[in-house]
Amino acid sequence: MNLQRRYWRDRIMLGLVILASLVVLTPLLIVIWYVVSQGISALNLDFFTKDLGSPTRVRFGQPTGLAQAIAGTFFIDMAALVMAVPVGIGAGMMLAEYKEHPLNPLLRVLNDTMNGMPAILKGLLVFTLVVRPSGTFSGFAGSLALGIVMLPIIARATEGALTLVPWSIREAGLALGLPRWRVILAAVLPVARPGLVTGVLIAFARAAGEAAPLLLTSLGNNFLPRNAWNPLEYLTKAADTLPQRLYSLAVSPYEEWHAMGWAAGIILLALVIVVFLVGRLLTRRSR
Amino acid sequence: MNTAMNTGMTEPATTPRIRMETKEITVDYGNNRGVRNVSLEFEDRKVNALIGPSGCGKTTFLRALNRMHDLMRGVTVTGQALLDGDDIYAPGVDPVTVRRRIGMVFQKPTPFPTMSIFDNVVAGLKLVGIRDRDRLLEVAERSLKQAALWDEVADRLKSPASRLSGGQQQRLSIARALAVEPDVLLMDEPTSSLDPAATRRIEELVGVLKEDVTIIIVTHNMQQAARISDVTSFFLDGEVIETGPTDKMFTNPEDERTEQYVTGRFG
Amino acid sequence: MRITTRTGSRWGDRAFLTILTIFGLSVVAIAVLMAWTLGRDALGPLERFGFFGFLTGTRWDPVSGTFGAWPFLLGTLITSVAALALSFLPALGLAILSAEYAPKWLATAIDYIVDLLAAIPSVVLGIWGILVLAPALRDSVYRPIVAWATENAPSQLAWLGNPTGYGLVTATLVLALMIVPYTTALARDAIRLVPAEQREAAWGLGATRWEVLRMAVLPYARGGIAAGAVLSFGRALGETMAVAMLIGNSARLPLTLFGPASTMPSVIVNEFREAVNTLHLNSLLAIGFYLFLISLVVNLGAAWIQRRLVPGNTGL
Repeated sequence: MNLQRRYWRDRIMLGLVILASLVVLTPLLIVIWYVVSQGISALNLDFFTKDLGSPTRVRFGQPTGLAQAIAGTFFIDMAALVMAVPVGIGAGMMLAEYKEHPLNPLLRVLNDTMNGMPAILKGLLVFTLVVRPSGTFSGFAGSLALGIVMLPIIARATEGALTLVPWSIREAGLALGLPRWRVILAAVLPVARPGLVTGVLIAFARAAGEAAPLLLTSLGNNFLPRNAWNPLEYLTKAADTLPQRLYSLAVSPYEEWHAMGWAAGIILLALVIVVFLVGRLLTRRSR
Repeated sequence: MNTAMNTGMTEPATTPRIRMETKEITVDYGNNRGVRNVSLEFEDRKVNALIGPSGCGKTTFLRALNRMHDLMRGVTVTGQALLDGDDIYAPGVDPVTVRRRIGMVFQKPTPFPTMSIFDNVVAGLKLVGIRDRDRLLEVAERSLKQAALWDEVADRLKSPASRLSGGQQQRLSIARALAVEPDVLLMDEPTSSLDPAATRRIEELVGVLKEDVTIIIVTHNMQQAARISDVTSFFLDGEVIETGPTDKMFTNPEDERTEQYVTGRFG
Repeated sequence: MRITTRTGSRWGDRAFLTILTIFGLSVVAIAVLMAWTLGRDALGPLERFGFFGFLTGTRWDPVSGTFGAWPFLLGTLITSVAALALSFLPALGLAILSAEYAPKWLATAIDYIVDLLAAIPSVVLGIWGILVLAPALRDSVYRPIVAWATENAPSQLAWLGNPTGYGLVTATLVLALMIVPYTTALARDAIRLVPAEQREAAWGLGATRWEVLRMAVLPYARGGIAAGAVLSFGRALGETMAVAMLIGNSARLPLTLFGPASTMPSVIVNEFREAVNTLHLNSLLAIGFYLFLISLVVNLGAAWIQRRLVPGNTGL
């Protein structure tokens, strides 16, 4: 066959590959551009200090913001983290350090399965187990749902990080006469720490962006609670969170609410990017 | 074909035809020299062995002969490598064509695991656009016979190549390389991952193949070089210390270092 | 020197293992609970309409109390299959670019960007879709096409539908963008894992760069590539927010190209607040149950594929 033609095909294929990549990367840049440019004007002091209230505020030009969503996100996501991290790291340790345990094959399959399950199903789970029987939507239910989203990610990342630790470290610990559990906690864990932290961060960022499970559990709340600094106010009643509020604002008919939606998008994007960079930094430094 | 070869009579003395030769080939990896100023001649249809201790540069040199270093970043090759008088490193020479005329068999047998035995053998032909079924079958049969594999696979050409044993896979790799009818066949320690029985079969094969192709073989096994090659070159630290007819190299080498290596003093 | 008795450290080990086992069991419990509660709450509608009857029923009418999930199943399948079809080649292209052609710095940059794409919250893509993409598509693509069809091919108008901008096409486009990273990541890893000897064997035969890819690399990596595609498909099935914001949310069968439709996750989110009567709510939960089953099958399928098609694993 003509050598020229083969080389032409080579070049065309490279061109197609580059084209394909641009087709994907361009919309990404466009989205980020829009979010930033459309939302920046709404990022003022009121945005962080005032709550949303009803649409009439917008009509009468009264100050409005998303303070309740920001606070809600903070408390609910923190509560989720508090619940998910110990269980996730524990499950990951189980998978990595006790490979001979009979629970392991089942645990691994189910953990991977949970990882692949749509977040909305996790919200449905908490809805049927907690919200329905108790009769109220609550921030705590939201934390549970987000915790279930975080859990398999943390477990998988923990297992990965622990498995990467060379066997010689465990041998050294055992040779010193340390019992197995101390070898894991005192010798292996510190080495795996960057990977663990990265896993937790990634899980947090993933869960922080989820709206569907929250729509079914914490529902939403246009107002700041009476005591804005008390976590219980958010956990025991229906509470607002950024992703869920973003959705409501976006589908609403009010321009001003759209602007605040974009602004909420900036915050979520910033959160994701920061977590991302910190994670990369950690994994790079541990090399 | 030269009919004089078949009569068993000694050929009239003719100057041996040089198929491939190198002039001052030097290969640099960044700041390290892999191979320095190697100038060798390879006679047509002889088996040329390259021997030497690990890291002496024999594989690096071999790979320079079919421009495999083109694909590695940070490696520079200087000097000339002439195939039938034409420098393969001359500007404007197409490496893809070079690799068709100078084939290679690697240390690990590498059949393409997703392809059948048949598709593996004719892979090189399909690259150049030969699609005709009959032609492909013809070439496949010829190459597999040349590689002494035909009898074992003739009835299952369509089965996956991965099901063959290590030795069979290596003979398949050889058949694949032969299918495109190269002038020179480079072999990089082709038997080092095989068991002794498979090794022996390949060594027998080399003896027969040399009637059709010029063979340059790298081996870390001196006895193998002594068994199968006509000419041997001894490498040390990136340079050729000595080269000559195999008998002489192993019984009466000129250089002291050669003697030390072939008698097992080091390596 | 006294040697500590083993019972001391034994207690510590036992306690530790117990704690870990409890945590492990929690994960198991959550998974089992999910299957059980979704199934349990789905029982009502399933008894009423039948396991397959509910799935294939074409009418979803909260007012009359008829609930059939077929419109949503169709919507889910159409959007997910189309999104996979659209995204596969570009995702593979990205993987090839990163793993084969790009120099190290560029490959790292590409990997970062792909990971970033995966990390963007669905609602953020949703708000962009709802406020920017949908109107743009409506004005520059859908309306012109419908206008042209009105003039030249009026028979096609029925299946083209009402070009509001919110429907199958818009949702599928954004969905395709969202699932690219899953295919890319797995394909890229699989391509990187192809042993150097395989490439060298192809180079040695006198192959060009693309031919090496086609002959030696991509076939070898096909297990990972296929697993990536199936994983992407699984994500597409469960993707909720961006789809809910862009698909128009109609409970009718998705028979038009530009007109509104729904998917299984989107209908749950959309009708959730209004579902006051128990049958309605339980029917939504039943849809969740089917979604769970489908996701389960797809995820297990991806794992199975990865095991079967990777050379060196079983048989192949």
